[in-house]
Amino acid sequence: MEAYLDNAATTRVNESVKNIMVKALIEDYGNPSSLHVKGLEAERYIRNAREIIAKQLKVEEKEIIFTSGGTESNNLAIIGSALSNKRAGNHIIASSTEHPSVYNAMGYLKELGFDISYTPVDSYGRIDIEELEKLINENTILVSIMYVNNEIGSVNDINQIAKVIKEKNPSTLFHVDGIQAIGKYEIYPKRQGIDLLSISGHKIHGPKGVGALYVRDRVKVSPLLYGGGQESKMRSGTENVPGIAGLGQAISDIYENHTEKIETMYRLKQEFIDGINKLNETIGDVYVNGLVDDLRETAPHIVSVSFKGVLAEVLLHALEDKGIYVSSGSACSSNQPGISGTLKAIGLGQDLLSSTIRFSFSVNTSFEEIKYTLEELEKIVPILRRYQPH
Amino acid sequence: MYKAFLIKYSEIGLKGKNKYLFENSLINQIKKSLENIGDFRVAKSQGRIYVECPDIYDYEETVAALKTVFGIAWICPVKIVESIDFEDIKQAVGEFIDNRYADKNFTFKVEAKREDKKYPLTSPQICAQIGAHLLNLYPDMKVDVHNPQVKLMVEVRSNTYIYSENIKGLGGMPVGSNGKAMLLLSGGIDSPVAGYMIAKRGVAIDAVYFHAPPYTSERAKQKVVDLAKLISKYTGPINLHVVNFTDIQLYIYEECPHDELTIIMRRYMMRIAESIAKETGALGLITGESIGQVASQTLESLAATNEVCTMPVYRPLIGFDKQEIVEISEKINTYETSILPYEDCCTIFVAKHPVTKPNIKKIANSEKRLSEKIDELVEEALNTKEVIKVK
Repeated sequence: MEAYLDNAATTRVNESVKNIMVKALIEDYGNPSSLHVKGLEAERYIRNAREIIAKQLKVEEKEIIFTSGGTESNNLAIIGSALSNKRAGNHIIASSTEHPSVYNAMGYLKELGFDISYTPVDSYGRIDIEELEKLINENTILVSIMYVNNEIGSVNDINQIAKVIKEKNPSTLFHVDGIQAIGKYEIYPKRQGIDLLSISGHKIHGPKGVGALYVRDRVKVSPLLYGGGQESKMRSGTENVPGIAGLGQAISDIYENHTEKIETMYRLKQEFIDGINKLNETIGDVYVNGLVDDLRETAPHIVSVSFKGVLAEVLLHALEDKGIYVSSGSACSSNQPGISGTLKAIGLGQDLLSSTIRFSFSVNTSFEEIKYTLEELEKIVPILRRYQPH
Repeated sequence: MYKAFLIKYSEIGLKGKNKYLFENSLINQIKKSLENIGDFRVAKSQGRIYVECPDIYDYEETVAALKTVFGIAWICPVKIVESIDFEDIKQAVGEFIDNRYADKNFTFKVEAKREDKKYPLTSPQICAQIGAHLLNLYPDMKVDVHNPQVKLMVEVRSNTYIYSENIKGLGGMPVGSNGKAMLLLSGGIDSPVAGYMIAKRGVAIDAVYFHAPPYTSERAKQKVVDLAKLISKYTGPINLHVVNFTDIQLYIYEECPHDELTIIMRRYMMRIAESIAKETGALGLITGESIGQVASQTLESLAATNEVCTMPVYRPLIGFDKQEIVEISEKINTYETSILPYEDCCTIFVAKHPVTKPNIKKIANSEKRLSEKIDELVEEALNTKEVIKVK
């Protein structure tokens, strides 16, 4: 049996996504900038995708900029808005658990002379809103916060954060890294007070190498790439037509019967967590990280589990041997300090940091896969514990 | 300005009847090193190897590539004049000096050779007349026949070859000219360097890697393949034997005292490597060991691992400090790959306080506890090994 439980890393592309992409690759392969009909046909894919996404987010089509993926969306949002707003101030805030594409963009801005502050998180991985409020001042031009934490699945209260920001400084922009949240939540930037929202295709059964950035009308963002002026001059370069078409299709697919899908995922998650808690009784020392009382306050697709006395990388490969694919919850190697911000930030003990596995589900995950994984864990973990370094 | 490189080799010149084999091996390695740089012609002519350059090529890149070939003592960039008319030669030498040496304030000497003994001038006459011509052209130049700063070579064959520079090559002997040995290759810094050093003496290399899934990952294995690929630039193609070591390792772990794990494990690695070496016609084993670097490399430990082999074990790094090894690995470009953080099987099953002075008798006694299954497991490991051809 195979159980792919690494859907927070990437997902399998939907059949419908594949089909539209193949069509765009083979039949309607024109350059959208060409004046002839081939160009027009290609342009239609982009129009359609933009329309689907704008409708889903309840925003204007012109507010959607297609990019090469989540990393570019985050970079464009953060670096682009910082550069175009530097006259208004040089202070930027991010949380201490952001993804490297945010964290390292902040590092770059710091080199350019911006002043960067990081908000702490609680033991569930959610940002401390009171602390955030204290950090905001008249020089704060941007706050960047992730919607769903990619390592442990905790969810930030985006509406409340937006409210606090706008009350403290109405001209501060609010960027949300929504890469793990899109497809799991109905996100409506305008109603939620989000100025910039990053999304990515391949976390929701779309293709890799494509993403989008919502940029609220009248928010100024300097481009990172210069060229033919595509995407309202914000993102030059011939459009990735198959990728964009695939992204639109993936968004359209995932929000179909959305409530039911999410309901099923929460039931999967509950089943898995119940199983892990049982393992804690049978084999001992197995813990779920970042769990709050109400499961619904965490993301439906991510569970972080620490297996005391087992090296995550070894467990990962042992599971792989059984056809079960997961991620180690942190960069297991001590050679790469600082990569696993989240696990450290929620105060996970040193002994568990390198023993943590992330299981992540998708709409395709089945109850059989969950059951199979729990059974294998019950067999493998005790064996591995015997052979760990002393 | 340079149209060719004259390749000088030293040691292979001594090898009597086998000389042409060594030369051919050297030519093959030279061709391989230049494959991606351009359409070079490599040819043997009168006991010399010439690399003739295409119209467009990068000089620095070409010299760097030639510097990766074992067996090259000196690399001489050569100007070719497509004429043997003496007036043409004089003019070309004048241009050559002007292009190569902006500052003419140096001492020099001219040496000449002529292929055709009927050429109107003798070699000493060529030297004298070119020398006079240069002194006339560039009054700052001075002759010094004993200790010249620049030795200008003029060779008159079907064309005329002019050169004045000797760039130091990698030395050593052409790969494959001295048999084959089996390298125990891990993902670390030392073993690729050890392989490189033995290959320098003309020895072809095969390698064995011990894989311990799931304790070591596919990426750790990929890293070893990558390292083999990096050193194959110097050593020529490598057959990499990947042995699944997990069951043996777990069995040792179950049965033997944990402070002896590393030594016993290494003894089995040596046994397996030797058996593959015999099977593939390799004449020795190569390890990256250096005295005292870790617990398994004390003199006592080395004696204990050495004891299980009948084949010679070559340890070219035995007297090197870590820093010296790192410097070579940086030079041969394996360092960056070696330090990638993937577990290898030695680091996962390691005791906190391994024995540093193992007693061979005691180790042999511990190994008796393995008698029930170990032969079968070793057999199984040999039968299931994977061979990756790296080049």
